[in-house]
Amino acid sequence: MKKLITALMLLSMTAGVMALPDDVKANNGGVESLRGSAELDVTRRADPHKRVLKDRAPIERNYVHQPPVVPHQIRGYRVDLNSNKCLSCHGWKYARETGATKISPTHFETRDGMTLSDVSPRRYFCLQCHVPQVDGRPLIENQFKAVDSLTQQ
Amino acid sequence: MMKFIKNIWQALSTPSKAGVGIVLALGFAGGVIFWGGFNTALSLTNTEEFCIGCHEMNDNVYEEYKETIHYANRSGVRATCPDCHVPKDWTHKIIRKIAASKEVWGMLTGIIDTREKFVEHRKSMAMREWKRMKDNDSRECRNCHNFEYMDFSEQGSRSVKMHSSALASGEKTCIDCHKGIAHQLPDMKGVPGWH
Repeated sequence: MKKLITALMLLSMTAGVMALPDDVKANNGGVESLRGSAELDVTRRADPHKRVLKDRAPIERNYVHQPPVVPHQIRGYRVDLNSNKCLSCHGWKYARETGATKISPTHFETRDGMTLSDVSPRRYFCLQCHVPQVDGRPLIENQFKAVDSLTQQ
Repeated sequence: MMKFIKNIWQALSTPSKAGVGIVLALGFAGGVIFWGGFNTALSLTNTEEFCIGCHEMNDNVYEEYKETIHYANRSGVRATCPDCHVPKDWTHKIIRKIAASKEVWGMLTGIIDTREKFVEHRKSMAMREWKRMKDNDSRECRNCHNFEYMDFSEQGSRSVKMHSSALASGEKTCIDCHKGIAHQLPDMKGVPGWH
């Protein structure tokens, strides 16, 4: 008898869930993200790829100590154990010839402030801090302004 | 007996007009077939499918090349293995093909038949190819990328700076700067232009 009751209860519960209309099952509770809302049972169409900006003049910094962003394309530029393409222009050996911005002397320092003769391993992976830019618009409007001392007149 | 040999000799030394014609015709036909067959076989070895028929190429360089712009791009124009690694004109092609017979030996002896062996040999192989391109002024690049027709107004400012100076004066050639554009690089320590 006990078994029968359990079975009946289970059956009624599953049937109850199955009988729910689809829109209730997939309801996301009205949650919206900055990229719009999507129901759980719908795969939202992906946004189109944004294009990386081609060669531009250096982009101004927004705050002191901000790592400058990369104002050019970097497709296929590898930074790994074997090679570092960034340093082929931005390294001190080549910066004058290529007209690229030299890496700052802080990149030669270890974390306890000792200056090495070459780029410090902790500063070797350029793209950890310096990132290329795409032509995207801010998702929400904002009135951010760089500090006065960094704004070029 | 002597007479018999003399007769044969006579027949051979004074061929009839028809005989000469037949020999010439056969020689011509044979030449056409041989030459056609040779060139067909040669062009068969000049395809991407042939190159990646060996796992050494398929698993290493081809996999790396698949991420690059010469494999896939917006307009679908491609440069496959032989476009860069085999000269287009006949003389240089034959010279390269003969040199490449060493690669068959390498395949048979398995000099790079594992990933580890390949990585270990990558630098010497890459340096050989860079030297070849440097020596021929990047001839295979220039089969498609013709300096005469570069529109600097369409290039990025960094490209213009380099192309209008070092490349234009002939001081540098394509491969001097564009290394590792289709394959991954070996350890670049000591290579000019690299950190």
